[in-house]
Amino acid sequence: MEPHYQHLYDILAHSQGYIFPNEIDLQWGILIVVYPFITGLVAGAFILASLERVFKVRILKPTYQIALLTALSFLLVATMPLISHLSQPQRAYEIMITPHSSSAMAIFGFVYLWYLMVVLLLEIWFDYRHSMVVWANEKTGVMKWVYKILTLGVNDITPRALNWDRKLGYIITVIGIPSAFILHGYVGFIFGSIKANPWWSTPLMPIIFLFSAMVSGIALVLLVYMIISYFRKKAIEVNVLDAIGKYLFFVLILDFTLEGLDQIQRIYEAEESFEIIKLLVSSKLYLTLFVSQGLIGTIIPLTALAFLQFYKYQIKVRKTMYFITGILVLIGVYSMRWNVVIGGQLFSKSFAGFTSFKVGLIGLDGTLMAAFWLVLPIGILAFLLWLLPPWKMVKEED
Amino acid sequence: MKFYLPPQIPRLAIAFGIFISLFLVLRHFLVPDTFGEYGHYRAASMIDNAKPELHYAGQDACFKCHQDIQDKKSQDVHVDIHCESCHGPGEKHVISSKVGDIFRPSGSREVCGKCHALYVGKVKSTIAQVDLAKHNIGKNCIECHNPHQPWEMKK
Repeated sequence: MEPHYQHLYDILAHSQGYIFPNEIDLQWGILIVVYPFITGLVAGAFILASLERVFKVRILKPTYQIALLTALSFLLVATMPLISHLSQPQRAYEIMITPHSSSAMAIFGFVYLWYLMVVLLLEIWFDYRHSMVVWANEKTGVMKWVYKILTLGVNDITPRALNWDRKLGYIITVIGIPSAFILHGYVGFIFGSIKANPWWSTPLMPIIFLFSAMVSGIALVLLVYMIISYFRKKAIEVNVLDAIGKYLFFVLILDFTLEGLDQIQRIYEAEESFEIIKLLVSSKLYLTLFVSQGLIGTIIPLTALAFLQFYKYQIKVRKTMYFITGILVLIGVYSMRWNVVIGGQLFSKSFAGFTSFKVGLIGLDGTLMAAFWLVLPIGILAFLLWLLPPWKMVKEED
Repeated sequence: MKFYLPPQIPRLAIAFGIFISLFLVLRHFLVPDTFGEYGHYRAASMIDNAKPELHYAGQDACFKCHQDIQDKKSQDVHVDIHCESCHGPGEKHVISSKVGDIFRPSGSREVCGKCHALYVGKVKSTIAQVDLAKHNIGKNCIECHNPHQPWEMKK
């Protein structure tokens, strides 16, 4: 066959029905799936920390710093999938230096910066300042200087100054809660505001993203807490797990209900796009939506958590159930991100055809790259836990 | 009560001041010279965008020489199909006028069938469709139809 047509045949081979030329290849691949997953973990972990601080849920105290450091480690990596997805990553900073109010991504840069600089770093700084001053005096050599620099030279640990640490930290947390909501609501907004795409365009999108973010963040902190306790050879406080599990249960119910409402609305409205969406979820998204997101990520964890609320199993059983539930929830939320990001690009805007997506292993847009950005924050978290160990903090009187 | 300024506040203010100043200094050097000359973009990017080699010439360039084809096309259903849709990029041929520099489709069932094979997803009223398994088997489309004027059947 003539080469001019051979190319056309090759690309048409992985599409079905009628499809516009610019829809054949997916523009947003696996890295754009990883990106809202990571920001969700950040927002969720932070909201769990805020529960302890603002609403004074004392039982969550052992997870407070862990949640904050988890949020920070993932936030430091959050934009990396986006930047490595760009074909010109060296230009990524440009949205920050020449922002425009019409660019949702440029404004997002500032939402992100606000959250990193004003909320997370400040809250951690206020929380750790006392301990860092003490560590700076105790340590010798390089570490002494590291802690000295981290205190920014504020060595005042009189009760008055420490009291201000608490007050200012509290104010930051109060500001932080809406900031965390905005950070992840914004990610949902970026999808929900794409009016040409019926799978994305719903005002519920920011709220759904937010609640699934809380679900994933809480599950992650639960896992991190258990893993840290394992490595430190300390007994896991099972009532802490019960408390986290209770919040996870409630938030998961809310998340499930909201996503259900979104689908019911869509099914009942049955707009002109409904036929293609029905085909989409029953074929290409069947495994990731019904099996992975619905059954593995929602129904099974919900059932397990419900049983854990009503029956007091043996401690060992409870721990195992929480651990498995945490993993399943993370798989479910990851699948939700996949279904939104990839699902929204699989059908043609003509509503008469599909393309297909096969994720590559290597390359800037491949699975290994995505895995790297998911593993890196765990490394950063390990480093932060070594630098700022919550269990070695100076105890303060309440 | 004496006013008390917590020592954290001035130090953080300095730290943020340094960060913001650093950002502004970097911004000063990083924003390209021609940014904002015409709009919210780098004006010199237009020069960059003009650099890539042209491949397509556009059908007006074709009709400057091929007036006869234009006449044929304008009378039939392929009037809106631009020349380069089937003949491929034509800039090289426009410059050289060599026959070898333009692609000439064979007019086979495979080629025409790309648009005209029976397919449920396509709108029949706008794109004529034939069942290739039944329609004049063994013949190439071009033997009866003139691709530039499909309904002016060849004898």
